[in-house]
Amino acid sequence: MILEMKNIRKHFDGLEVLEDISFSVDSGEVVSIIGPSGSGKSTLLRCATFLETIDGGEIIYMGETAAHTGADGVAVYASPQELKHFRSYCGLVFQQFNLFPHYSILKNLIDAPMHVQGVSREEAEETAMGLLKKMGIEDKANAYPYQLSGGQQQRVAIARAMAMKPEILFFDEPTSALDPELTGEVLKVIRQLAEEKMTMVVVTHEMPFAKAVSNRVIFMDGGVIVEQGDPRDVFDDPKEERTKQFLRVFER
Amino acid sequence: MTFSTMLSTMSAGMIKTALIFVLTLVGSLPLGMVVALLRKSKFAPVRGIIKGYISIMRGTPLMLQLLVWYFGPYYLFGWNIGNWRFPAIITGFVLNYAAYFAEIYRGGIESIPKGQYEAAEVLGYTKFQTFMRIILPQVAKIIMPSVTNEVITLVKDTSLAFTLAYQEVFSLAKQISASQTSFMPFVIAGVFYFVANYLVEVVMARIEKSMDYYK
Repeated sequence: MILEMKNIRKHFDGLEVLEDISFSVDSGEVVSIIGPSGSGKSTLLRCATFLETIDGGEIIYMGETAAHTGADGVAVYASPQELKHFRSYCGLVFQQFNLFPHYSILKNLIDAPMHVQGVSREEAEETAMGLLKKMGIEDKANAYPYQLSGGQQQRVAIARAMAMKPEILFFDEPTSALDPELTGEVLKVIRQLAEEKMTMVVVTHEMPFAKAVSNRVIFMDGGVIVEQGDPRDVFDDPKEERTKQFLRVFER
Repeated sequence: MTFSTMLSTMSAGMIKTALIFVLTLVGSLPLGMVVALLRKSKFAPVRGIIKGYISIMRGTPLMLQLLVWYFGPYYLFGWNIGNWRFPAIITGFVLNYAAYFAEIYRGGIESIPKGQYEAAEVLGYTKFQTFMRIILPQVAKIIMPSVTNEVITLVKDTSLAFTLAYQEVFSLAKQISASQTSFMPFVIAGVFYFVANYLVEVVMARIEKSMDYYK
């Protein structure tokens, strides 16, 4: 088991965003999280990647506990030093790419491996060039982010996350900022990673993609998991009324 | 007094003007960053003190501040510090300009999208690395036009040191003009300030250009 999240609770200003969410991700598994806006999908990813802190529940990476509910019912996190280690397990691809604009594409990919992980420049560059090649943009190594299309920037962002050699990669609506033409090229790359058995959790509104690529689909609404299971079951034969209602919007 | 004697007499003042200018920048550019970071402190009393400091520095004339730094120690505390003129000038300038630079830095820091911090955090950069490697270089580019403005103002503000009878270009120009009943010293001073600021513009434009490689 790469990641287990148990009974996760999180609120913002009195609003329960996550209510008792539990799910786990196995090695090599691709999990899609779907659901309407404001259902807590993004918050869940942000909690998993330590950008947000949970109020209660357990986060376990590779069998090691990163956070658990303490005796007083409030979440207790591992030490900052240990969290640094937990962070190295996960990568996150943002909706808005968030590349570093003042760094070249290559530097975007090698800076963190070199200065966070202490990898040598030669090794970091070799890894980076390999990833860029895989993303089909090795000719852009010396370009700057502003010179790239949105689709290319997002592929760089995926490569940047992969350059840290994470155990699990999270995607927060990776194609929502892209027009349909560019969406395809990014989905193709994610599909390719799935074939290579990269463990991934993808928050997405691309239903055909979620159905085709994932091993499991989680449907969230109102801070709870309404339904989860095999994509064919969830998409073609949903059990819950709320799921049916949500998926109907996407047919047409 | 011939033109060349005037010029050579005033050149001593030019060096003093340049000294105020350089020392003020050396002191206030880094101090401004410290002030900007304290202004964003999580500890409310620190934020309050810094806000008050910035407010006073921006809300009162620099000329008045210079007088306070020079005469304050004696009139307020009865201290008699010998040879305090030049240190008082530099203290006044540095503290005043640090307040302005701090606000420019703060504006720059706050204009960096939250996503940059989050991307850095997920990649495992420490807070210090994030600031030095990701945030600061982008802030530098954003604030450069405002900094140029401030530096140009400083060149002209150095003339306020005449308040404390410091013999920089402007003081000398006034003295020589009065004693020689000549307008020429003011022309020389004017040309000096203009040329100095032209140089500032050229240098700053070059720095801005060096950061043009990205958007």
